[in-house]
Formats: sequence, C-alpha cells, structure tokens
Amino acid sequence: MEPILKINNLQTHFFTKAGILKAVDGVSFEIAAGEIVGLVGESGSGKSITGFSVMGLVDPPGKIIDGNINFKGKDLSALSNDQMQNIRGNRIAMIFQDPMMTLNPVLRIETQMIEAIQAHDGSISREDARIRSRDTLGLVGISSPDERLRAYPHQFSGGMRQRVSIAIAMLNRPDLIIADEPTTALDVTIQGQVISEMQKLCRETQTALLWITHDLAVVAGIADRVCVMYAGRIVEQGLVADIIANPMHPYTQGLMGSVPSQNQRGKPLQQIDGMVPSMLNLPVGCAFQNRCNYANEKCSNIQPDITQVADGRQVRCFNIPVGQRL
Amino acid sequence: MTAFILRRSLQSIVVLFIMSLIVFVGVNLVGDPVDMLINPEADQAEIDRVIRDLGLDRPVSEQYWYFVLNAFQGDLGRSFIFGEPALKLIVQRMPATMELALVSLLMAVVFGIPLGIYAGLKPNSKFSKTIMAGSILGFSMPTFWVGIILIMFFSVHLGWLPSTGRGDVATYFGVTSSAFTLDGLSHIFLPAFNLALFKLSSVIRLARAGTREVILQDYIKFARAKGLAESRVVRIHLLKNIMIPVITIIGLEFGSLIAFSTVTETVFAWPGMGKLIIDSIYNLDRPVVVAYLMIIVVIFVMLNLIVDILYSVLDPRVRIKGVS
Amino acid sequence: MSASANKQSYDLPAAGLRKFWLDFSESPTAVIALFVFLIILFIAIFAPWVSPSNPYDLTSVDIMNSRLPPGSEDFSGNYYLLGTDGAGRDMLSAIFYGLRVSLGVGALSGLVALILGASVGLSAAYFGGRFETIMMRIVDIQLSFPSILMALIILAAFGKGVEKTIIALILVQWAYYARAARASALVEKNKEYVEAAKCLALGDKRIILSHIAPNCMAPLIVVGTLQTAHAISLEATLSFLGLGLPITEPSLGLLIGNGFEYMYSGDFWISIFPGIALLITIVSINLVGDQLRDMFNPRLQK
Repeated sequence: MEPILKINNLQTHFFTKAGILKAVDGVSFEIAAGEIVGLVGESGSGKSITGFSVMGLVDPPGKIIDGNINFKGKDLSALSNDQMQNIRGNRIAMIFQDPMMTLNPVLRIETQMIEAIQAHDGSISREDARIRSRDTLGLVGISSPDERLRAYPHQFSGGMRQRVSIAIAMLNRPDLIIADEPTTALDVTIQGQVISEMQKLCRETQTALLWITHDLAVVAGIADRVCVMYAGRIVEQGLVADIIANPMHPYTQGLMGSVPSQNQRGKPLQQIDGMVPSMLNLPVGCAFQNRCNYANEKCSNIQPDITQVADGRQVRCFNIPVGQRL
Repeated sequence: MTAFILRRSLQSIVVLFIMSLIVFVGVNLVGDPVDMLINPEADQAEIDRVIRDLGLDRPVSEQYWYFVLNAFQGDLGRSFIFGEPALKLIVQRMPATMELALVSLLMAVVFGIPLGIYAGLKPNSKFSKTIMAGSILGFSMPTFWVGIILIMFFSVHLGWLPSTGRGDVATYFGVTSSAFTLDGLSHIFLPAFNLALFKLSSVIRLARAGTREVILQDYIKFARAKGLAESRVVRIHLLKNIMIPVITIIGLEFGSLIAFSTVTETVFAWPGMGKLIIDSIYNLDRPVVVAYLMIIVVIFVMLNLIVDILYSVLDPRVRIKGVS
Repeated sequence: MSASANKQSYDLPAAGLRKFWLDFSESPTAVIALFVFLIILFIAIFAPWVSPSNPYDLTSVDIMNSRLPPGSEDFSGNYYLLGTDGAGRDMLSAIFYGLRVSLGVGALSGLVALILGASVGLSAAYFGGRFETIMMRIVDIQLSFPSILMALIILAAFGKGVEKTIIALILVQWAYYARAARASALVEKNKEYVEAAKCLALGDKRIILSHIAPNCMAPLIVVGTLQTAHAISLEATLSFLGLGLPITEPSLGLLIGNGFEYMYSGDFWISIFPGIALLITIVSINLVGDQLRDMFNPRLQK
C-alpha cells in the first residue's frame, strides 16, 4: 500500500546557548493509510519532537534543518505557514499527553470544538458544526453529549478530557492522528479503555495513527509496526509481532526485559544499566555504547547505519547478537 | 453565585468598618479633635459650645457611634473654607475625577495590553526591548514630574494642548463630561496621559508576564495543532487567559488612579476631588479631609467587591466553586 | 548552615561574594546602574564637599543672580553649570544637597520599615495562630490601598514635617516587608534546621533572629531595594504637593515644586534638572533591584 506519510532523514535541532541539541537526527519511517505505528523511546529520545516536526509545531530555538516529510505527495517541511495551518487539525491531528492541560480552561467545550471545524470549513454554519461536535463526542463514548458541550474542561475527569481531545482530533476526519503519550497520564483501567477505543475508531475510519509512547507494552497491544528511538535516531523498526518475539537491537532487548510478563514470574525485572547520554554531548560512534553489553571498539569509533536485516525489519547495530540473526 | 456575592459583601462591610475606625482614630485621637473639627478662628465660648455639641466630652466609644450614625445620614461635617457640607463639595467634584481616571484607565488598557502581549510573544525583538525599557522608565518616573514635562513640552514649548482646567463640558444621557467636546478632549488628554503612564507600565508588565506563561501551556499548542489561525490563538485562547489577572489588577488600579489623581489634578489644575483634598489638607479644612477619606475608602471597598465578582464571571473555575 | 538547596545561597563570605558578583554582573545594565547609584550615593554623602557652593549659606547667595540659565556666569565670575533658581542659588549645588535629603529620608524610612515589617512578618510566621491572622489581615487591608492614599491619611492626621514624613513613609512601607518576611519565613520554619534548633531548646527569639531571619534576607533585600526607590519617589511627590518635607529640608521634590511656578515663563531648568537627578536615582535603584530579584528567583535559575 502506498504510504500516506513518508519521513526521510528528518533532522530537528535545537540551537541552545549550551550548544546544538540534535533532538531528531536523521529519522526515516513510513506510515500507510489506516496503519497504526508505535514510536517508542524514553523521554528525551526525540520521539515527541518527531511528532511536533510533522505538525510543523517545533518551538524555537528548535528548527527542522534537513530531511523531508512527505504527506500524501506534498513535502510538509517546504509548506508555508498558511498551507501548514490548513493541514493541521484537518488532515493531520494531534492528541497530547496531559489531558488536564490540553483543553483551554476558560472556554466551553463547544467553543473549542466548533472553532476546530470552522477553522477548516469557512462555509459551515455554527449549528451544523455544533451537531457534528455533538455526534463526535458521542462517538468517543461521552454520554449526554448535548449537555457536555456546554461544560467547561474542569467539570470533566482526566479520562473524559482525553476523550474530548480525541473527539477534537477526529472532528475533521483526518488521514493521520499523532498521539503523543495519550494514555500516560491516565489511570490504568481508563488507559485500557482509551487504547481499545482509539484502535477501534482508527480501524473503522481507516485513519492512520502514530502512537508515541515510552511503554512498549502499550504499543504491543495497539500497533501494527514499531519504531524504537534512542538519542534522536531510530535504532530498530519492524512488525510489532516480530519485534516482541525477537528483539534484535540491544536497546530493544533491554526495553523488552524491563516489561513485566507472565514468563518472568519470580525473576527480578531486568533494567538497562547506566543513563541516557547527554544529547548535547553524544559520544562518537554508537550512542548506546556506554550501556550496551555487546559494545566493542568499533562501536565507540563508528556510528552504525540502520540496515535492512529482513523484509520490513531494520536494525542499527554492528553486533546483532548471535542466534538472533535471521 | 448569590451566596458568593453575599459572602464577599459581608467581608467588604467588615473592611469598611475597620477603615472607618482607623480614619476616626486618626482624626479624633491622634490629632487634637478641637483643632480638626472647629474653625480655628472661633473664640473660647464657641469652642466649649461646639465641644459639647459634638459630644467631645463623651467617651470615645460613644463618639465613634455618633460619627458612624452621622455618616450614615450623609453628614460628614461642614467645610470651614466653603461653609458647605463636605460631602456635597466632594460629590460635586467627583465626576471630574472619575472622568479623568476612566480615560486614563482606558489609555492604559488600550495601549498596554497589545504592547504587553507583543513583548511577550516576541521577547527578543528590538521593538519589545524598547517597550520594556519604556515600561521601566514609566515605572520609575514620578507622576508629578512627568506632568511638568508634559506641560512644558506640549503646552509651553509647542503650544498644542492646554495645560489647566477641564475645558468645555457637555451633557449626554445625564452624564456631564469633557470627553463630549473637542475642547474638553484637548484639555483631558495631557492629564489623562500623565495619570495613565504609571498604570500603562504595570499593564504592559502584567500582560507580558501573562503571555509568556500562557504561551507555554499545552492548550495553546493544542489550539495551534487544531489548525487555528494565529490571530485566533492570540485573541481568544491567549487573551481570555491573561485577562483574568489583568482584570483583577485593573479594578484595583482604578482605585489607585483615583488616589494618584490627587497629584495629577494638582499639576494640571484639574477641578476634581483630588485637588480639593490637597487644598483642604493645606488649608486644614479637616471636615473635607475626613469626608474625602471616608468616601475613597467606600470607593475602594466597592471596587474590591466588583473585581471579585467580575473575576468569578471570567474564570469558570472560581464561579463553580462559589456555587457549590 | 543553609538547608535550602533550591535557593541561591551566598553564605561563605569570600566565595559567596564572588559568586554573588558573578551572577549580578550577568546583566551589564545592572552593573552600570549600580555604578551610577554608587556615584549618586557618594555625591549625597559628601554633598558639602563636592558642591560648587553651599546653596543654603545666605551670605553666598545673591538674589540678583536669580533664574540665570544653565552655563551662565555672574558678575563675580561664579559659573553656574545648571543655572540658578528663583532665589539665586546654584542649581547643581541645590541638587547635590537635595539628593542628600531625598536619599537620607528614603534610606532611613526604608530601614526602620524593614526592621518593623520583618519583625512582624517573622513572628507572625513563627508563632502563627491568632497573632498571625490579625497581623496579616491588617497587612492585606493596608496593601489594598495605594501608598499615596495611606501617606495622605497619615499626613492629614499628623501634619507636615521631617519626622512626620519619615513616620508616614515607614507606615506606608512596613506592610510590604511584613508580607515578604512572612512568606519566606513560612518556608524556612518547616525546615530541619529549625526543628533541630527547637530540639536544642533554644529560645524563640534566638531561633527567629539567628536561624530564620538570615535565611529570609534575600527576598527582603529585593523588596528593600525596590521599596526604597518607591519611598524616594513618594517623598518627592509629597514634598512637591507641599505636604511632605518643610522648606528647611529641600529635597529634590521640593526643588521641582519650586521650579514649577517658573515653568510657564520658560525657565525650564529649575524643575527639569532636579527631576532628572531624581529619575536617574530611582531608575538606577530599580534596575539593581530587578537584577537582584531575578538572581534570587528560584524559578528563573538555570
């Protein structure tokens, strides 16, 4: 299937006083229509900045300095601000991490929904926009949506607010939704509900979904494919089932080991030793070398390229551990 | 909502009570009450008579009771200089002061909020730096001196604008104001600008600080992610949020504009109650001083009350809490 | 000694002072402002020695020299850089003497207000209970009224004069210090070192003075700088209105007021120059205060 989003060699750097911070350093991946892709990494790995780069919402001192973001045949990074504004919230929508902070506290829910419709459709009447808002609220599982439209954000619980954010993202039937850790701030039970509803909605409407998270377990439950990011680069990507069954990059293995599972009952959880290196001061060679059990001299001198190891499977490592090589 | 207003009103009455006590103690106990309430030219027999009439030989608590009782009936004493009820003198001059304060407030808000938002949105631009440097200057310059400079430049040197008095007034819908005539407007411009300058600086600082804080919030980024035009993000999402602290301050600043109009009115010979109080303090016309202070205290307490209510209207979070 | 890790602490005398200066000098504007302020302070302290003449020595002032424009010379060859006022006094000397009065009144009232306000604020925070409630209620009420109004109430009750103006300025300012002192003392009060001092059964007075107070100094210094600038401005305003200092203590405000009557005849220098001196003083103090505030503000720390 032809991908709707094709990111090639994206470089988003932050020009801070302390130096250039390469938050996203040569990221490439694709999403097909209706596909759900998980973007996994710890905080500071550049996964959120990747999402914001696609939206064209990188705050200064950050800047996209290279690469292209091809969305349905157009390079988003070359679009003007006005053209980008037409795509934002219309063809590509975004959901943020903390539902408590995403909705404007002093505006009614209906105001915040209707403006999102009217921003992209100058001819729609307020009343029609209101009806569509109400229906979309119903769609994401909010009961008595008519009353809820009149309410203010603080009258909702966290889970409900996140549903409202999802409804706002769905309003204009986008082709792609970027969800930046949308369940992290929620209770575990609500988390499960939101995940399965998102999955169902995207399947039904054929909306592609880029799910950004630090939690591999969440991705395992929702995504078709996974990209694992470390220090601004993708270190491994492939089908979710393949990666879960057979993680190849030492970092992915570490992530897998730190997810509690039934098979590991009674054994201590593994953890990845060491710390994420400072993004301002990355080592020469592989960024993961200081935490890697397999690192050798080559790793500390040469930066490994991402290489195709199987159909649809890429890994950025010199030492794909013996026995795991396909 | 009603419960909320009721509770705030009760608090206001308590403050009013305390302030009336302070003014009463200040005037009747710290200073010599005979000095303050009796015409200095009266002879001994007259003084004795007035002391009895005013009940100054009674216990303090009783004196305070009569003071409050008379105040409630609108009797705050008689001016020595004008021979008229002090309250009447002040009420006559109040419109001029209110007009001056309102025009100043309008100037401070109309210029201050956009400038402050601009400085907050683009903190590193040259224009923003100029705005902030100007606001530090406006903050530091004593009002009376700025007034003098304005007169010297615009009235004496350039001869463009008049420097004293209120000019022609006209009455529409029962409101008499200089703002309705061209001559009146030319008279009000300099004093209003003078009075506004200090507030302008604080509105700019407030709007800038608010903008810098709100602009980092997720809901602003989310509004942008919805594809809203930048103008709508600023005018609706940003402005509505920074207006809450700005309204609070503006309400309270209106009171301080009235207080500071004493200075501006003196410099520009503006016939308001601010000039009256300064003249009265100068002439030891104590009843007028007491009346002015009581009235201004009432104005302040009312303003605080109105601001609290407005605040609850603007911020739905406060409003809901007030109801439950 | 300081248990506050999140706050800048400048405890060790030598190293602390250097760090303080390093932080302070991050803003060139503030350094220039401090430098200007030190010059002004020097002039104010040594006014009798640095002034060209003593403007209040009646033998040296000649009414014939009144209202000479800046840069004039009189018949005896005296040069008047900034001209003379209505009584024939040298403006430059009058401004130097005026700075002395203005800064003196501002500093004195600020210092007393600091001690008074800090004592109230610290004890309110430390003892809590009804004392705290009542004191802070008073502070709140007072702060809801603008300073000029409070000053007018006080001067209307007491009348004018040097001590009375100083008393008025103290009563206007103490509440700001009380609020700042209480706010930081509330934070310090719950820290371990105060608990430790209590366990040692030290007296309340000792705990407040030698343990809590030193750690609350930073915000008080900031409030102090900005309040002093405010007090100087307020005194000038009151004196200009004729309600503050008497003619015998000619502060900058009085000088400006004196010049006001000559302004319409175009003798601008009598009002303008003292005003500029006042402005430079206030701006330099405010700029130093702004920088101190930024330095002590934990939210702005890198």
